[in-house]
Amino acid sequence: MNRSMKYIDDFRDPATAKALVERIRRDAGDAPIRLMEVCGTHTVAIARGGIRPLLSGAVAMLSGPGCPVCVTPDGYIDAAIALGRERGALLASFGDMLRVPGKSSSLEKEKGNGLEVRVVYSPLDAVTLAAATPDREVVFLGVGFETTAPAIGGAIRTAAERGVGNFSVLSSVRTIPEAMGVLAADPEVRIEGFLCPAHVSVVIGSDAYRPIARRYGIPCVVAGFEPLDILLGISMLLRQKREGVARVENEYSRVATSTGNRKAQDLIRDVFVPCDTGWRGIGVIRGSGLRIADRYASFDAEVKFDAPVVFAPEASACRCGDVLKGKILPVDCPLFGKGCVPEEPYGPCMVSGEGTCAAFFKYGA
Amino acid sequence: MHDKILLSHGEGGKRTRDLIARVIARYFDNPVLSPLFDAGLLGRIGGEIAFTTDGYVVTPPFFPGGDIGRLAVCGTVNDLAVCGAKAVAISCGLILEEGLPMDTLERALAAMRDAAKEAEVTIACGDTKVVERGKGDGIFITTAGVGVSADGWRPAPSEIRPGDRIVLTGSMGDHQVAVLVARRNLALDAPVLSDVAPLGGLLLPLLPRFSGKVRFMRDPTRGGVGVTLNEMASAANARFVLDEARLPVRESVRGVCEILGFDPLYLANEGKAVLIVAGDAAEALVAALREHPYGREATIIGEVREGGSGVRMRTLAGGVRAVDYPVGDQLPRIC
Repeated sequence: MNRSMKYIDDFRDPATAKALVERIRRDAGDAPIRLMEVCGTHTVAIARGGIRPLLSGAVAMLSGPGCPVCVTPDGYIDAAIALGRERGALLASFGDMLRVPGKSSSLEKEKGNGLEVRVVYSPLDAVTLAAATPDREVVFLGVGFETTAPAIGGAIRTAAERGVGNFSVLSSVRTIPEAMGVLAADPEVRIEGFLCPAHVSVVIGSDAYRPIARRYGIPCVVAGFEPLDILLGISMLLRQKREGVARVENEYSRVATSTGNRKAQDLIRDVFVPCDTGWRGIGVIRGSGLRIADRYASFDAEVKFDAPVVFAPEASACRCGDVLKGKILPVDCPLFGKGCVPEEPYGPCMVSGEGTCAAFFKYGA
Repeated sequence: MHDKILLSHGEGGKRTRDLIARVIARYFDNPVLSPLFDAGLLGRIGGEIAFTTDGYVVTPPFFPGGDIGRLAVCGTVNDLAVCGAKAVAISCGLILEEGLPMDTLERALAAMRDAAKEAEVTIACGDTKVVERGKGDGIFITTAGVGVSADGWRPAPSEIRPGDRIVLTGSMGDHQVAVLVARRNLALDAPVLSDVAPLGGLLLPLLPRFSGKVRFMRDPTRGGVGVTLNEMASAANARFVLDEARLPVRESVRGVCEILGFDPLYLANEGKAVLIVAGDAAEALVAALREHPYGREATIIGEVREGGSGVRMRTLAGGVRAVDYPVGDQLPRIC
């Protein structure tokens, strides 16, 4: 571990950071370039590193929809609560989901009222839980992107192999490139460059962003999550802009490749099939969801309990949708810091540790 | 004697008497406690009296570098020490779960005895209760502590001025990571030991030596340095600016934090203190702290600045950001 920590230090070196900031400022044009970091982990790293004010005037960093908790629609939470309340299911979830508001309640509030929710750290833990409680139906709340999909798929395959019939998944798995396409096409957002996620790209490969670069003429750079990764990624986007090109580049080549992790991709293809799905604040995006394939239908909670997740967004003062699309900054939302704070979140962007509003609130970006 | 705690050990009859006389008093053998009166008689104490209380429910009760017994003594002693008071006497309230192995109790008592000896404090009184199996978690300890501030030092947050330095006596997060590793059975190349230690011997001699220079001290336990500094900044209505490059974190602790998504700033310490010190005395005070075994890695981590209140941090990337209170537990990342 010691050697690896020294390795991480190389990506946090203050002198290199300073040089990169100077290069970004030199390369910047008159108006700030509008770049979007798609992934919530980038959003947090940028806020934690104090990077946004460091680049003010040169670069406007917009935060994208890449926090899975934030984009999960309230109908999903309601469906999960109903499975627990009406079907007596034992719910297993990642901890971040607990405080996400549904239409009228959250898993945390319902837990206080007796709903059984177990926090797990891996989907496989939920299979183990099901095997240990054969008289209960265990439903795992499968929320995530391409990074989490292989783990959820692996859990489903494990349950199938071991014959754990009381295990199922309420899937809310989404894919990033489709959401990026919608944002790229939105004239209100006006994205001039995408800082593409590190971990997602390890799975899907940097080639996955090629259609976006080609079709919309928007430069894409895959970047790691360390401060220097982010600064170098931004600098690479600026260089593309200056050269007038739009291609996919990979700053995170120490881990992510152009083709990604084939094994994980095969696992996803085996267990899931693409579907249209609703994103909180954005709407339905074609082909951006992963539902459980028919051959694993007995592990699909929506099929098993005949309880489909309904996507029916309601109008409210919460502007998470515009925050998720990068149209406004959290501070421009009328609820931010008033009716919506981390202890009492109103919108999903304030709930998750990776939410844009939470990052702005916590680190004062 | 039985090899396990029974309900009757807490019923006040002969078994209770036996447990106290044959087990507990054997470890806490001192003239104040030994008569087993209903209260410990401490004699006359000169100086300002400080008084504190705490409860200990750590799980597991034994972890690398420490245990619930040492924690109970050190936590109480440290609350007094950061208020400038030398611990004189502490109480020991034991809440035991039916079925607790006697050996576990004795190990905890031995640790309390050893820590009390190191901190030069008398365990002056105690109480033992037993709860039914399933109604407790092995062993809980509650304490109260009495201390005396001999030379009249008092915490003075209102004396904090721009230019004062923020000093931390050593690395962050060791205790919480040690407990976490023990709880989750994580295998690490380099073991992380809890920093649990009594700090009176480190801090108190510095107060007369640096008279008028030490404004405020706190021990950053639950919530870690991040929360403690926020509380200190609001108490002082001052603006603290930390330097990320100077925050001391052990490599093994950082490794665990990287993997599990924790921020060492918010992890609990049990053998560290944060001091706000006059700028002109800070370097000398750090040098003095480093002469003591519990202050070897003491360092200046930031300073008090003009304008507003709250905690900010200069990041490694060269930016500045807020350091706020965390909300809820620090949960591992999900994507």
